Amino acid sequence: MSDAALQMRSAVEADAAEHTAASPRVSDFVALLKPRVMSLVVFSGLAGLLVAPGQIHPLIAAVAIFCIAIGSGASGAINMWYERDIDALMARTKTRPLPAGRMAPGTAIAFGVTLAVAAVVLMGLIVNWTAGLLLAMAEAFYVFIYTVWLKRRTPQNIVIGGAAGAFPPMIGWAAVTGELALLPLLLFAIIFMWTPPHFWALALYRSGDYARAGVPMLPVVAGPKATRRQILLYSLLLVPLTLVPYGLDLAGVVYGASAAALGAVFLACAVAVQFDGDKSNGGERSPRRLFAYSILYLFLLLAALVVDSLLGLAPAAAAWSLHL
Amino acid sequence: MARLDKPQNKNLRRRNIALLVVLAGLVALFYAVTIVKIAGNLG
Repeated sequence: MSDAALQMRSAVEADAAEHTAASPRVSDFVALLKPRVMSLVVFSGLAGLLVAPGQIHPLIAAVAIFCIAIGSGASGAINMWYERDIDALMARTKTRPLPAGRMAPGTAIAFGVTLAVAAVVLMGLIVNWTAGLLLAMAEAFYVFIYTVWLKRRTPQNIVIGGAAGAFPPMIGWAAVTGELALLPLLLFAIIFMWTPPHFWALALYRSGDYARAGVPMLPVVAGPKATRRQILLYSLLLVPLTLVPYGLDLAGVVYGASAAALGAVFLACAVAVQFDGDKSNGGERSPRRLFAYSILYLFLLLAALVVDSLLGLAPAAAAWSLHL
Repeated sequence: MARLDKPQNKNLRRRNIALLVVLAGLVALFYAVTIVKIAGNLG
């Protein structure tokens, strides 16, 4: 058999293997929803919902959070469907249901699209259409702007694409008020600015994986030194930004003190990444520490905001309302 | 990656340090305002 015929046969076999009905388990469908990412998305959406002024029926609030969770999971499923080729090349992702062959791609995309549409429609019909529109924008941004357009093209992928993960506090807020205000926009900006140091810390110790898959993450394209510097620069922008809600009386003293203390530790971790990079082992240890801390940081920052709001310590939380 | 010559490297380093100093100043300013405000709230 000629080389061309062999290549065609292997392509046909690969295609057939992709479409062979795999027998996915429930755990595979759960994995497709990226539950760890979903937990932070849900928490930030819940924070937006809890700090928003006004009343919302607990059942409607539960539906709103459910829709945020499903919308996030659906975006994750569509992302996994689109990235199944590069997921197979990376140690971190090669055991996911699609690259491991436990689920057919068609099943994954059908599952993801159905959930994505259902989450938006449910949010619009039961909660309100402002929240529904914001959820649709978040899903579209993650799938089309980040996954399809940016991820394989530019090292700025997670800088711009990070906007998708910054939507949930605005969605939670809009679920209660039907509009936006300065505080949810600031929360959007905070998560947007938090995303680059968070992901670049991960990319620093996973750069081999990304290089193998041809994903132009910053450490792969510009090298670890430039990445460490960018992490520090973004951290220096992030921390003062987190102090703005307290400075403008949009948050109270619990949040102000927490943001200051948590931010100081975040900066210390970012400085450690910058200066420990060339030491033996330090090249990996400090980015791992920053990555782990950045998750805790965002949880605690948002929790402090919620505590403030529940204690009634945020005098002007509803300031600068924007009708959509 | 394109290699920079010595003067370009020096220039880039200067700009990076300047940016770092400006951002560190911004952090210091925001921390000072926050600490004064917290002290005012608690006092």
